Amino acid sequence: MNQFNYIRPSKQQAAIDAVAKDGNAKFIAGGTNLVDLMKRGVMAPQKLVDINRLPLTKIERQGNALRIGALALNSTVADDRQVRERQPLLVQAINAGASAQLRNMATTGGNMLQRTRCPYFYDTAMPCNKREPGTGCGALEGINRMHAIFGFSDKCIAVHPSDMSVALVALDATVLVSGPKGDRRIPFTDLHRLPGDAPEKDTTLEPGELITAVDVPDGPFTKHVSYYKVRERASYAFALVSAAAALDLDGTTIKSARLAFGSVAHKPWRLTAAEQMLVGKPATEETFRQAAAVAMQGAKAFKHNEYKLKLAPNTLIQALKTAAAA
Amino acid sequence: MKEPNKQIGAGMNRVDGRLKVTGAATYSAEYQLPGMSYGVLVGSTIAKGRIKSIDTRAAERAPGVLAVISHVNSPKVPGFVPTGKDPSQPQTVGGRLKVFNDDKVRFNDQPIAVVVADTLERARFAARLVKAQYDQEKHETSMEVGVKQGFVPTQAKKNPKSGVADYVRGTADAYKTGAVKLESEYVIPTEVHHPMELQSITAHWEAPDRLTLYDKTQGTLATRRDFAKEWGLPEENVKVIATFVGGAFGNALHSWPHESAAIIAARIVNRPVKLVLTREQMTTMVGYRPHTWQKIGMSATRDGKITAITHEATGQTSSYEEFTESTVQQTRMMYTAPNVNTRYRIAALDVSTPIWMRGPGEATGAFALESAMDEMAHLLNIDPMEFRLRNYTDKDPEKNLPWSSKFLKECYQAGAERIGWNKRQLKPGSLRDGEWLIGYGMGVGTFGAHRGSSKANVRLLPNGTVLLQSAVTDIGPGTGTAMTQIAADTLGLSPDKIRFEWGNSQFAQAPTQGGSAIVNTVGPAVQEACLALKEKLRTMAGASNGAFAAAKTQDVVFADGYLTLNGNPTARATYADLLRQTDNGFVTVESKPDGEHNKNYSMYSYSVHFAEVRVNPLTGEVRVSKLVSCADAGTIVNEKTAGNQMKGGAVGGIGMALMEAAVIDDRFGRYVTKDLAEYHVPVHADAPAVDVFFVNQPDPHVNALGTKGIGEIAIIGVAPAIANAVFNATGKRIRELPITPDKLI
Repeated sequence: MNQFNYIRPSKQQAAIDAVAKDGNAKFIAGGTNLVDLMKRGVMAPQKLVDINRLPLTKIERQGNALRIGALALNSTVADDRQVRERQPLLVQAINAGASAQLRNMATTGGNMLQRTRCPYFYDTAMPCNKREPGTGCGALEGINRMHAIFGFSDKCIAVHPSDMSVALVALDATVLVSGPKGDRRIPFTDLHRLPGDAPEKDTTLEPGELITAVDVPDGPFTKHVSYYKVRERASYAFALVSAAAALDLDGTTIKSARLAFGSVAHKPWRLTAAEQMLVGKPATEETFRQAAAVAMQGAKAFKHNEYKLKLAPNTLIQALKTAAAA
Repeated sequence: MKEPNKQIGAGMNRVDGRLKVTGAATYSAEYQLPGMSYGVLVGSTIAKGRIKSIDTRAAERAPGVLAVISHVNSPKVPGFVPTGKDPSQPQTVGGRLKVFNDDKVRFNDQPIAVVVADTLERARFAARLVKAQYDQEKHETSMEVGVKQGFVPTQAKKNPKSGVADYVRGTADAYKTGAVKLESEYVIPTEVHHPMELQSITAHWEAPDRLTLYDKTQGTLATRRDFAKEWGLPEENVKVIATFVGGAFGNALHSWPHESAAIIAARIVNRPVKLVLTREQMTTMVGYRPHTWQKIGMSATRDGKITAITHEATGQTSSYEEFTESTVQQTRMMYTAPNVNTRYRIAALDVSTPIWMRGPGEATGAFALESAMDEMAHLLNIDPMEFRLRNYTDKDPEKNLPWSSKFLKECYQAGAERIGWNKRQLKPGSLRDGEWLIGYGMGVGTFGAHRGSSKANVRLLPNGTVLLQSAVTDIGPGTGTAMTQIAADTLGLSPDKIRFEWGNSQFAQAPTQGGSAIVNTVGPAVQEACLALKEKLRTMAGASNGAFAAAKTQDVVFADGYLTLNGNPTARATYADLLRQTDNGFVTVESKPDGEHNKNYSMYSYSVHFAEVRVNPLTGEVRVSKLVSCADAGTIVNEKTAGNQMKGGAVGGIGMALMEAAVIDDRFGRYVTKDLAEYHVPVHADAPAVDVFFVNQPDPHVNALGTKGIGEIAIIGVAPAIANAVFNATGKRIRELPITPDKLI
């Protein structure tokens, strides 16, 4: 690990200024990902700005939304009564991620900003455009079993690893950001970006911008929800594929639906076409199969992840079946 | 008066349990010595070639750095014979990697330098500053290529009777003309031991010719021998301490480059050097279960008698050291087939050397054999257990000897009852619970039961307690506890009056912990030493007391402060009086090693594992919902620790079956699964409560205790049991482990 400076401001503006003025500074909250990356030599910030003293831990009603502070711990959010009542899909997604110990450290903002688990990104002896632009994508013709089937470029085929973000993108969440140029709101679907020619950039955040909260709007998705995560063991593993499904049912007829995939792209992958296709249809396996087929349009596999072309739709069908039966 | 065998069999708590759960047990990385310094290894970033140059200047200038050692400045290690002009001879038996001895790179992440600093953090920082330039050569790490280049191990060429040499009983390849036949290929990937405790060593030169190592090792004496030889020292000048070992599963059975590097570094900086591997280095520097390709050909009569089996295997090894294991052994002796032949080959690749991993070759081989048994049973439309019973053998068909003991049928019966085998349907895919398919499978395991050579040192102390010492290590099975129980029963003393000390090369000779041989070997040595102590004390007491002089050894009874005699409670010899007769105030006895293997019997432990699995047909997820492990392991010394071993082995088997795989990107010859987020081992949620059953019948021939060994059979046969259950659930036969969701959808 490099030597670095460490500050722990108690004012939000001081934290933002510290990072905005120093290109080699990084915010740190739970540190569950950044510290690992520093130990592995993947990231070497010269300054860490610890934001844990900022008052960003609240979970509260704000108009027709639940506002979750960026420093609210994953475990706190998943255990919160209001979140459990209003957003059970989010609770399922959070609890599908990492381990209890990590969820006790990881924050809401940090979870969104965790970096890919691509092994080429993690190994400094391997090529990786995300870690070191211009070195090439090791995964493109390498071991790409865990990699993207949507939205990739020839510069990067990594996937975003967050479970929580898959639920947030499905639930039309909005990210609240504060930065050197003031505050702004980012629709969750626009927070993460596709790799294109600049895979080193995971998000649309500007330098020094700090996530302060996420708003999750109230909706009818309080019962028929499922976050279904397929992985190689029963717990504590990144997804091969995950699917978030939320249904608003009138009897057996689907009034509206929210769907997203995880671990298929550089960002959590919202499935709006499939959602629209479901509206007004009966909640049957046949309908779910049709929706899954729509969801998979445009998917393309690499040498080792061809299975995702089948596993992804199957996981979505399973999530929809589980949601409908909930 | 205690009953005989009062402690043996009882589920006595671990003698070191409290130390372990309170953090008071000191593991090798936790020793603190005055002047401690810290070593961090720099690994190569190519798989094959030469180091053209290595720039250590920035590292040397970094704060706190004491030395940066590479092949450029490493001292001459006396035991490192200079490498020849053309060492690229894969077909030699070879030897351990001679770290920093030349500029050659033989595998990716090979240690090419060690940075020593006054703190770990400073050493880690400086290690990143070392930059090497290479003359890269074309490497080969692909086992697909390796399989085509497999060769007969040197050991087999030298000794045609070796376990890795070709074997034929009856006619070779006779399965090809059988009535019902199958031919299937099976692959297991590279698997990594990944014990919880990282490999670590503290090397301390106490004098220019005296070396002390606090080392993670399964054999204090093997480690002492290796490094005494490496440095041209008399063995007694090297002391190895390994009191607590946080799991190993075989990866501390060998001496590794990081140990040599720490010793070299301590020599250079003239301070103790502590070196702890990173989790990533655990994949590349301390062995692994080799990637292995296998083929089984099998034929049977229509009524279910096996007529022939052919078992071929090719395992991965390094370019500089031949590693072999008993992959095909179980096929030679498990079933009564008139025609059996085996062919074992190894393939030298540009990777580090493998090492035995729990249930070593047998676990690999059993995956092939026991899967093929299930495949044949399915072809014949016979229940797989019934098929095994029709081919059960009451004598060893390989050695043509009677078994020393065999209670495998009893294991079948108990396991079948416990798992509910009667629910199993012959037709795959017949059982469901909601969306999930349910299947049942079984797999058999076996491992040789051996008594090796060992001594034990036992001492009566003035306070009436007994101290036993053995160089043996305890990597987790509870060796210290088992030995305390054996000593307690032999002496007729309460366990709290006995202290068993282990894990120190200065204690009495004992073998390396491995091969399920420790209770079999050190147990009788402890028993014999305790009997010898009784006899010595009786003789000493008999010098002045006629009753003792006339008594037999087994009549001697330890009481509170004195010895007495069974049947003559008025006979007394106080410890104080006895010890007054000695020069040093205590009585010590050392048992003689007894390595005599009974050649009139064939000796094996057996296990059978039954699995119930649930498979989601949409997502390919597999959950092991029930696992029953039954063992014929002779006398069970401690049902609690033995049961714990069985459960641990079974969970290891779940890992082998469903998730463990170390994967190399062959373009770079470099692993892409170096941390525990990429290399999956089972978590609690993957493991059901394993139901363990022991036959608990003494073996009359392995040793006087009747034990046969547990550690290996705990895992051998688990993976095929699960694979067979997956087939029964889905109709899909997965012949390449691990059985991940992508293979089932």
